[in-house]
Amino acid sequence: MAVLVVAAHDGKTVRSNVANAVTAASQMDPDVHVLVAGSNAGEAAKSAAAIQSVAKVLQAEDTAYANWVAEDVAPLVVKLAPGYSHVVMAADSVGKNLAPRVAALLDVAQVSEAIKVVSPDTFVRPIYAGNAMATVQTADKIKVVTIRPTNFKAAAGGGGAPIEQIGGTGAGGLAAYVGAELSKSERPELTSAKIVVSGGRGLASGENFKMLEALADKLGAGLGASRAAVDAGYVPNDYQVGQTGKVVAPDLYIAIGISGAIQHLAGMKDSKTIVAINKDEEAPIFQVADYGIVGDLFQIVPELTAAVEKK
Amino acid sequence: MKVLVAVKRVIDYNVKIRVKADNTGVETANVKMSMNPFDEIAVEEAIRMREKGLATEVIVFSAGPAQCQETIRTALAMGADRGVLVQSDAELQPLAVAKLMKAVVDKEQPGLVIVGKQAIDDDSNQTGQMLAALLGWSQGTFANKLHVVDGSAEVKREVDGGLENIKIKLPAVITTDLRLNEPRYASLPNIMKAKKKPIEVLTADALGVDITPRLKVLKVEEPPKRKSGIKVKTVAELIDKLRNEAGVI
Repeated sequence: MAVLVVAAHDGKTVRSNVANAVTAASQMDPDVHVLVAGSNAGEAAKSAAAIQSVAKVLQAEDTAYANWVAEDVAPLVVKLAPGYSHVVMAADSVGKNLAPRVAALLDVAQVSEAIKVVSPDTFVRPIYAGNAMATVQTADKIKVVTIRPTNFKAAAGGGGAPIEQIGGTGAGGLAAYVGAELSKSERPELTSAKIVVSGGRGLASGENFKMLEALADKLGAGLGASRAAVDAGYVPNDYQVGQTGKVVAPDLYIAIGISGAIQHLAGMKDSKTIVAINKDEEAPIFQVADYGIVGDLFQIVPELTAAVEKK
Repeated sequence: MKVLVAVKRVIDYNVKIRVKADNTGVETANVKMSMNPFDEIAVEEAIRMREKGLATEVIVFSAGPAQCQETIRTALAMGADRGVLVQSDAELQPLAVAKLMKAVVDKEQPGLVIVGKQAIDDDSNQTGQMLAALLGWSQGTFANKLHVVDGSAEVKREVDGGLENIKIKLPAVITTDLRLNEPRYASLPNIMKAKKKPIEVLTADALGVDITPRLKVLKVEEPPKRKSGIKVKTVAELIDKLRNEAGVI
């Protein structure tokens, strides 16, 4: 039986992590369908159809789906699910909100944040902030799985799957979207950036994050932060990297003024190369860093920014 | 309006966990246990609602072994009114917990349920959403701010791109994110008072809930270790390593 990937999108294109979810899904079953639910989601459906190894795109048009209200999208997924062996979503804020609602309505368990598909019913997932890896097997007929995008290569583009229009399920009236306060940034999105510059409590103020912005802009990097920096109000919540924030695995992660609590390491320790800049040479961040510099970040970061410019 | 909050007993967030030698799980014997930090935020939010006159009673739910009574007592010492424990030594997975909670919700009829968005042991992030689905209620997940007005709740949610505002009908399930509030510490007099607050002990059988695990844990292993790196002295040396050794800039 086929796998249904539920794709989040912005109305124009599906999120980049849908291509990662398609790769994960194709390891469960080669017949991968993608559901694009929305209001005027035609362009987004086309972007899903262009992902290689997608066999079919289902486009469900309904004004109720315009803002991804889980209470309204879940009934659609539940209606389609009996035709599939798996329902797969990326473990982002949309998938985390929606997938458990779908699973409970289907009376099945959910496998959260799978990082590896061992077989169609067996998955590896991190527990305890990634300090242990559990291999779990599900006996449920329909398997609801969220996947961690950074652990699956994005499927290539250039495909041309057919798009089938399907009907909507309407609005249940339980919940309404009011609006969003999104961080505006020209920088690459944190979870897909090749380089991430991240700051912690050592920055001492939100003002000082400007220093990291300068470095990030030179490197074409995304900007992240530790929980401590977010809690202190230096930067918005969507910057948070860690167990309960975002999980990133860039080619280069530069941790600046971050001590390296296990909850933070959970969100970045799969990065290819890790650099740590911290004045405390005992800071746990150095245990995972490939290259560490012990010293004053207020001196080192400007020096680094200037040196990168010379490239 | 009654408010029901759920608390989970987990290994304390400061403990460095150890995987059992036989790969069946994580060592919990003689390890410090505490209330899941996200659940402390849920308890705090419910108590604040009662203090503002928005809630009449705060009921604390937990499921698990007898020691979960200690976790419930912690919530009672923070200011919750009474506890309900579904006692079980079996492994309880999120769907089973959601079903147990639904049975208690059916009995207690709260107007709002507040739970942590995720437990720091299994990191599932499922129970609140599952409970909302089973009850046919709305859900305000990853709440950064909660404002209850006339039969509905305005919830500011932490999402990938920033914050999102939704308005949901009550009754509803709220799951807490880190910035919702800062939980209080229990004072000594309140800890003493909490000892006298009632905790009702129930069983899954009595509630008629099937708690059989749906996921079989085949093994639990240590994650691959990162090779320890080196310390460099200068920025020039760092740039050289990044360019010529790691090849990432």
